[in-house]
Amino acid sequence: MSDITSQSLFELTSNIKEKKLSSEEITKAFINRAEKSKKLNVYVTDNFEKAIDQSKKFDSNPNLDFKLPGIPIAVKDLFCTNGVRTTAGSKILNNFVPTYESTVTQNLWNQGAILLGKLNCDEFAMGSSNETSFFGNVQNPIGENLVPGGSSGGSSAAVAANLTPVTIGTDTGGSIRQPASFTGTVGLKPTYGSCSRYGIVAFASSLDQAGPMTKNVRDCSMLLEVISSFDQKDSTSIEYKRNNYSKELSKDIKGKKIGIPKEYRVDNMPDEIEQLWKNGISYAKDCGAEIIDISLPHTNYALPTYYIVAPAEASSNLARYDGVKYGFRSPGQNLLEMYEKTRSEGFGDEVKRRIMIGTYVLSSGYYDAYYLKAQKVRQLIKKDFDDAFSKVDAILTPSTPSSAFKIGEKTNDPVSMYLNDIFTVPINLAGLPGISIPAGKDKNNYPLGLQVIGKPFDEQNILNISYALEDKINFKNDISDWWLSE
Amino acid sequence: MSIDLKTVKHISKLARISIDDEKANKLKSDLNNIFEFIEKLNELNTDNVQALTSIAETTLRFRKDEIKSENIREKILKNSPEENKDFFVVPKVVE
Repeated sequence: MSDITSQSLFELTSNIKEKKLSSEEITKAFINRAEKSKKLNVYVTDNFEKAIDQSKKFDSNPNLDFKLPGIPIAVKDLFCTNGVRTTAGSKILNNFVPTYESTVTQNLWNQGAILLGKLNCDEFAMGSSNETSFFGNVQNPIGENLVPGGSSGGSSAAVAANLTPVTIGTDTGGSIRQPASFTGTVGLKPTYGSCSRYGIVAFASSLDQAGPMTKNVRDCSMLLEVISSFDQKDSTSIEYKRNNYSKELSKDIKGKKIGIPKEYRVDNMPDEIEQLWKNGISYAKDCGAEIIDISLPHTNYALPTYYIVAPAEASSNLARYDGVKYGFRSPGQNLLEMYEKTRSEGFGDEVKRRIMIGTYVLSSGYYDAYYLKAQKVRQLIKKDFDDAFSKVDAILTPSTPSSAFKIGEKTNDPVSMYLNDIFTVPINLAGLPGISIPAGKDKNNYPLGLQVIGKPFDEQNILNISYALEDKINFKNDISDWWLSE
Repeated sequence: MSIDLKTVKHISKLARISIDDEKANKLKSDLNNIFEFIEKLNELNTDNVQALTSIAETTLRFRKDEIKSENIREKILKNSPEENKDFFVVPKVVE
């Protein structure tokens, strides 16, 4: 049997069911590795002691009908966990201990999973490199001083470094798919309304979705099956029949029509990414898929639209952090001064920048010119996809315009940081499901990802296409464990 | 169109975030760069486009107006920065 921590979720689950491994053995193996991996800075808060207790409890009376029987899982620190500190990577929530559980994490525990701890992320999920976190940047296990992507950077690094079998992240403009691409892992953003937003620290409510981050496509289907559910507590949760994603997983994609949007061939795109995309197209053909050229004419307008809509929603959502009800408070002579000091000292620079953008575009006299304009362009972007999906079953694109970059390389230029999400943002604006799978490496040997985009609620189809491509690509992450300490 | 220092300070007031002059100047330059990038939207004519109001094409559900959680006062107050057993405490508002 291979080393416990390098096993996939599927292998670990089978080993538990066949009684070859106990939950305690697995849990301790991941904790032991985490103790030697502090250099990566993936954990904001660990839950190790309680996790061991829970694993023993599971082993004493194991329920093997569970989908995640006794499996330890660390989650992004954006999910509220009852009794376990939840920070959203921010100073303003540094001491916040929720008294309730997010629906998505509750779904994990209901299927036998055990909380390992809370993973680092960009502050309030605002960032593409995990560098905006109050708890410091995360190291990408693929190489020293590289960012792991963001905002789910602690999550992507933890999966790639074998510190959790799988994890869940959140994706508002690419925060699952871009870090997956940067670390050679799989990340799926489900259709808007598939996973409940209840108990997830809100960033931009019309874009936020939780989703699985895993080592491979099969694990991704297993985890999506657990976390996707209709929830009365989220008013935008959608009631529809969800597939048994892992049972229905199939490599048979013969006759599927896959669209290739010409607008994703952007200026200055590295040749390696162009080549990666071509390879993906030829693999899809090998699997019997039909390749169709399509056009998504408003692609170039997606990022500017996003940088109005997301900050506008964020400025409203983050109004709740006022130093009164929970979180950090800075004292003031009067109420107004207390608010202003609390928010000034409690939020980091990027969060403040986005609150300022959002406040501006919603302020009197500018609403029509910016916010309303953006909502109209968002309609055009959505229509582009509606038109495309009348001709194709799925769309194949690169996940990101580059591979992982150096820590500090883009921190002084917000716009160049924002450009990281050029291929992922349109999918959030249109509410569609998208998955990033590792598909190759660049000249530095850093991973690169391909994205498969589907129709609303058609996760099964993009999982199947990814499963078929994964088999052809046969990607191997080579990670040297350079960060391990004794 | 560019955003001047006075506007930056006005927005920070609206957003309830105090900023000093150095931060205000930095923000002014960041915001101008970002808005220069956002202005690209003006290339598009959207006169006859309906604004998107909901990405999920479903109507919001109705539910009965029932109390489902009782006796949660303690839970709600648990994380408040300044403790008082029955209320949230803020600096004096009325003289």
